[in-house]
Amino acid sequence: MASHEAISANLQGVGESAWGGGVAPFATGSKKLGMWLFIMSDAITFAALLMAYCYVRVASDNWPRPFEFYPALVKATVMTFILLSSSVTMVMAVRASKLEQRASAVKWILGTMAGGLLFVIIHATEWVGLIREGVRLFHNPWGSPLFGAAFFTLTGLHMTHVFCGVIYLGVVAGWFGKGKLGSEDVEVAGLYWHFVDLVWMFIFPLVYILSIKG
Amino acid sequence: MSAPTEHAHAEGSKRIFLIVWFWLLALTGVELFLGYEQLELKLMLVLLMGLSIIKAALIIAYFMHLRYERPSMAATLMPALVIVIVLMNIFLPDSLRLLHMRPH
Repeated sequence: MASHEAISANLQGVGESAWGGGVAPFATGSKKLGMWLFIMSDAITFAALLMAYCYVRVASDNWPRPFEFYPALVKATVMTFILLSSSVTMVMAVRASKLEQRASAVKWILGTMAGGLLFVIIHATEWVGLIREGVRLFHNPWGSPLFGAAFFTLTGLHMTHVFCGVIYLGVVAGWFGKGKLGSEDVEVAGLYWHFVDLVWMFIFPLVYILSIKG
Repeated sequence: MSAPTEHAHAEGSKRIFLIVWFWLLALTGVELFLGYEQLELKLMLVLLMGLSIIKAALIIAYFMHLRYERPSMAATLMPALVIVIVLMNIFLPDSLRLLHMRPH
């Protein structure tokens, strides 16, 4: 809390113009700007993986389209719903933390974590299903052997982000509840969570919808 | 001195979050619907990516709050991302060359 007030104090007199300089030219704390910069670099990582996936897919003449409506598309749609809803609970957590309603903010963060965990669990059952069907990194029963590598790399990196996000949110919820962290830290964690949600908005159409069996 | 931030956060009200949430779900539904339409792949790709970019923009603007930040922040962050992604796209047509070079 003290650090938050210090930031507010530092902002005084800064930014009469957009590029006014001083300690906070964007009128945000350095944690928030740091998270934005991390998100930009992470976005480029995911963009590169999605590009690589599109590249090998277009370059293959036997790329498989294995996904039935059930289970793959139903699960992916439910997962999209869960992730979008967990973003809403996260904005509620940020809102509550700004209003200094600590207990309420912690509850909203716990709700967000539950959404994230549910996402990972459903995704894991889908992975197990595909592995049982014989999909491996460089082998599958349907066509281009790169399908498994592309699918598991893309969704695996995303799942890792969700899983790390759940742990991150757990730490933030605990420390924010105890008063060790301020509302800015909740907001920064929220930025990360929304970014993970955003990435899924590209994986869902490119990996799932374009692989519908038919 | 906290007046500007309080003002900024008042703009992101609960109602706006729920409206954005509704639109994100609706656009997801449209994407799912398109998946079962027999469309040409290029058209499908343009439609799906267009919808996804709209969804990403909604998330960035409202959930990630960028709309209510200084415009200079978006001006600092976004161009680099867009330029890098566009530059990566330059390599995509090369995949067609690879497709035609396949021996079988």
